[in-house]
Amino acid sequence: MTIHFAIIFPLLMAALIPFIYKAFTKVKIGWFVLLAPVTVFILLARLIPLISSGETQTHTYEWIPSLGINFTTYLDGLSMIFGLLISGVGALVVLYSIFYLSTKEALHNFYCYLLLFMGAMLGVVFSDNLMVLYAFWELTSVSSFLLIAFWHHRRASKAGARKSMLITVTGGIAMLAGFIMLHAMTDTFSIRAMIAQAPSLVEHTLFIPAMICVLLGAFTKSAQFPFHIWLPDAMEAPTPVSAYLHSATMVKAGIYVVARLTPLFAYDLTWFWTVMIVGLITLFWGSFNAVKQTDLKALLAFSTVSQLGLIMSLLGIGSLAFHVDIDATAIIYTQAAFAALFHLINHSTFKGALFMMVGIIDHEAGTRDIRRLGGLMTIMPATFTIAVIGSMSMAGLPPFNGFLSKEMFFTSALHIAEADVLSRASATALVPVIAWIASVFTFIYCMIIVVKTFFGTTEKLPQDRKIHEAPLGMLISPFVLVFFVIAIFFFPNVLATYILAPAMVSIYPGLASMQEMTPHVYAWHGFNTELIMTLGVVLLGFVLYRTLAVWRRIYNTLPAQFTLNHVFNRVLSEGENVSSFVTKLYMTSSLRHYSLYIYVFLIVIIGGYFIVNDAFRFSMANNAEIHVYEVLLVFMMAVAAVAMLFVQSRVTATVLNGVIGFGISIFFVIFRAPDLALTQLIVESVTTVLFLLCFTYLPAWKPEKSSRREKTTNAFIALFVGALVVLVSLSVLHFNEFKTISSFFENAYELAGGKNIVNTILGDFRAFDTMLEVVVLCIAGIGVYTMIKFRMRKGDDRHEN
Amino acid sequence: METLMILLIGVLVSVATYLVLSRNVIRVILGTAVLSHAVHLLILTIGEVKKGEAPLLGNQTANGPYTDALPQALILTAIVISFAVTAFVLVLAFRAYKTNGTDDLEQLRGDEHD
Repeated sequence: MTIHFAIIFPLLMAALIPFIYKAFTKVKIGWFVLLAPVTVFILLARLIPLISSGETQTHTYEWIPSLGINFTTYLDGLSMIFGLLISGVGALVVLYSIFYLSTKEALHNFYCYLLLFMGAMLGVVFSDNLMVLYAFWELTSVSSFLLIAFWHHRRASKAGARKSMLITVTGGIAMLAGFIMLHAMTDTFSIRAMIAQAPSLVEHTLFIPAMICVLLGAFTKSAQFPFHIWLPDAMEAPTPVSAYLHSATMVKAGIYVVARLTPLFAYDLTWFWTVMIVGLITLFWGSFNAVKQTDLKALLAFSTVSQLGLIMSLLGIGSLAFHVDIDATAIIYTQAAFAALFHLINHSTFKGALFMMVGIIDHEAGTRDIRRLGGLMTIMPATFTIAVIGSMSMAGLPPFNGFLSKEMFFTSALHIAEADVLSRASATALVPVIAWIASVFTFIYCMIIVVKTFFGTTEKLPQDRKIHEAPLGMLISPFVLVFFVIAIFFFPNVLATYILAPAMVSIYPGLASMQEMTPHVYAWHGFNTELIMTLGVVLLGFVLYRTLAVWRRIYNTLPAQFTLNHVFNRVLSEGENVSSFVTKLYMTSSLRHYSLYIYVFLIVIIGGYFIVNDAFRFSMANNAEIHVYEVLLVFMMAVAAVAMLFVQSRVTATVLNGVIGFGISIFFVIFRAPDLALTQLIVESVTTVLFLLCFTYLPAWKPEKSSRREKTTNAFIALFVGALVVLVSLSVLHFNEFKTISSFFENAYELAGGKNIVNTILGDFRAFDTMLEVVVLCIAGIGVYTMIKFRMRKGDDRHEN
Repeated sequence: METLMILLIGVLVSVATYLVLSRNVIRVILGTAVLSHAVHLLILTIGEVKKGEAPLLGNQTANGPYTDALPQALILTAIVISFAVTAFVLVLAFRAYKTNGTDDLEQLRGDEHD
C-alpha cells in the first residue's frame, strides 16, 4: 500500500493547497508543500534495501476488473530510480521555489499544479497497468501545460504551453493506440504479463505498428528529434518548473517507457535501430543548436534535448543484448543500458543544479541573456562554483559524475562500432564518430555557460539594481545537487549496487544475474580509446570555442522556412485554415440546408440499408376490410394536405391543418382508440387557436422567394422521403420476428387496479414517462411565458440575434 | 386498410417535408405539425388496426380480444409533447419576428451571410 499512498498523497495535497493557502496567509505555503516530496522520498528510501536485494513489490487495487484495468502498482529497480528522482529532486525544487517565487505570485496555483504533476509522474512510473499509466501520462502533460502557462499574461508562455501540449498529447494518443494494440495481442494490460509473453509476440502483425505508436509517445514526451521543438519554448515556465519537469523528471518519462518496454519490443531489430538512430540524431542536433543560443535557459533546454538523446541511444544499443546468443557478448551490450541509467541520474543532478544556477542569475541580475551577462564571478562566488561544477560534469570532465557516464557512453559506442552480429555493421561504425562530435559541441556550450556569464565585464548588465549573491535558501538546493555530482564520482559503486543493479534486472529479466550485469565503475582505466576521445573533445572543443566567431555563421545557412519550428507553425495555421474552410462549407446557418442534410442522410442510410439487404416487403394479406366512408376520409385528408402547399393564405393553411387533425381523431374513433380521439380533438382545437392568435402579431404571407431550383430540390426530397416512409412502413407492417408484449397490459385490473388499459399504462406501468412528459410541458410553458412576458431591454433590438 | 393508411401517411410526410424546407417560419411550423400527425397515424397503423375491441376492461359488450393498447399510450404522450413543442416554436417565431423584423429564415442567418 506504500506505493499507492506515495501516488495519492501529492494529489491529495494538491487538492488541499487552495484551502491551506486561504487559512495561512502569513506563512509561505511552500513549506507545507515540501511535506509531500519529503514524505514520499523517505517512504521510498526505506524500501531501497528490499529492492536492492532483488525483491519487488506489487499491490493491486481493483478498479475496472471486467476490462482488465486495475490500479496495480509495481515497485522494482527501474521504478525505484524514477521514484527517488521525482521525490528527491521534487523536494529540492520546492525548497528552491520557496525563495525563488515572490509571495505576490499566485502561489496556490503554482503548488497545486506542481503537486498534481508530482502525483501524476509517480503514477506513471509505478503503474503496472498500461491504461492507468496512460491516464497518469496525460495528467503530466496537462500539469506541464498549466505550469508553462503559469505567467499566463505573457504571450510567449501561452504559445509555449500550447505547443508542448499539442506535441506531447498527440504523441500520447499514438501511445494509447499502441497500448490498445498490445492489449489486442496479449489480452492483458499488465506490463509484466505482457513481458512474460514477449518472445512469442514478434511474429504478430500488430507488433511493429504497436512499437511505432508507443515510440511516438515516448519520443514526443522525451523531446526527441524532430519533436524536440516544444522543449525550448517550454522554458517560459518559472525556473523551478524547468529544473523539475523539463530536465529532471517529466522529459524522462519517455525514457522510462522505452526502458520499461525494452524486454517487450527488443526482440525485433527495428527497436534497436529506431531508438539508437533517433537518440543519436537528437544528441547531435541538440548539442549543435545549443551553441548558438543566447538565452541561458534556451541553451540548457537544447542541452537537455541532447542529453536525452544520449540516454535514448544508449538504451537502443542496450537492446541489442536480446539478439546475442553468447552470454558474455550480451553482457557487454547490457552495459549500455547501465550507462543510460547511470547518466539519467547524473544528468538530473548536474542539470538540476545548472537550472537553479540560471534561476539565481535571472533573479539577481535581471537577465539571462549571455550577450549582456559577464563578470559575475567575483560578485556571486557561490553561484559560480555551482556553474563550474555543473558544467564540467556535463562536459564529461573529472572529478565529476558526468565523466564516468560519458566514458561508459564512449565504451558502448565503440562496442557497437565493432559489433559483428549485425549484417549492416559498417553503418554502426559512425556511432562513435557522432558521439564524439556531439561531445565536442557539448564541451563548447559548457564553456559558453561558464565563461560568458562569469568572466569578462559587467558593463552590459542591467544597471538598475545592485547585484549580489543569492540568499542562502536559494543556494541550498543546488549545493545539495552539486554535492551529489562530486560524491557520485568518488563513490559510484554505492549507487551502482543499491540503485542501478536492481533496475538492470527490470530491463533484462532473466538474462543474467544482477551481479553479472553490474559493472564495477572505475574512474581510471588506463590510457584507452575512451580517455583519448575525451582528451580530443577537450582539445578540439577549446580550439572551436576560441574560434566561435569565425564559424558561427554556419548557423545561418539553413533558411528560416526550413526550420522545424517554421514547419510546425505552418502546419498549425494551415490546419486551422482548412478546418475553418471545410466547416464554413456546410455550416451555412440556413435552416433549410440543415434540414436537407437530415433528409438526405435519412434517404441514403435507411433507403440504402433496405436496398442492400433487400428488405422491402409488400403484402396485403392481413389487411383489415375497408369501408367507403374510410376511403372518403383518407381522400379528404390527402387533398387537404396537398392543398396546404398551394394556398396563399396562412389562415386557410391552418384550417387545412385542422382538417387533417380532426380527420385523424375520426380515425382514432374508427380504430378503437377513444382516449386518443378525445385528446386529439382538444389539442387540435387549441393548436388551431394558437396559430390564429399568433397571426395577429406576424406579417401576412408573401409568396415564397425561393428560386425554381430550390423548389424543385425540395419537391424531390419531399417525394423521396414520403416514398421511403411508405415502403419502409409497408415492410415493417408484417414484421413478426418478436412476440408482442401488449398482452401483459391486459392484466391492467389485477396489476394496476384500472380498467382503462391506456390509462393504466400512462399512470402506472410507465408513470415515469408521464411524469417527464409533464416536465416537458412545464418547460415549454415556462419558455412561452418568458418569451412573451419579458420585454426586450431598450437598445437590445438590434443585437439580440 | 393498413396499406391505404400508409399511403395517406406517405402523402402527409411528403407535404410535411416540403413545408419544413420552406423559407417562411410559419410554413416550417405547420410542416412539423403535419409531420407529427403523420407519425401518430403511423404508430397506430403499424400496431395493426381493427383487430379487437377498444382497450377498456369490463365493458359489457366487449368479450373478444382488445386492440393493442401500447401504441395508443405512446401516441397519447406524443400528442401532448408535440402540442407543447408547437406552442413553444410558435412563440419563438413570434419573438424572433419581434426582434429581427423578418419571418424569412434565409434572412435570419446572422451577419456573416448577409
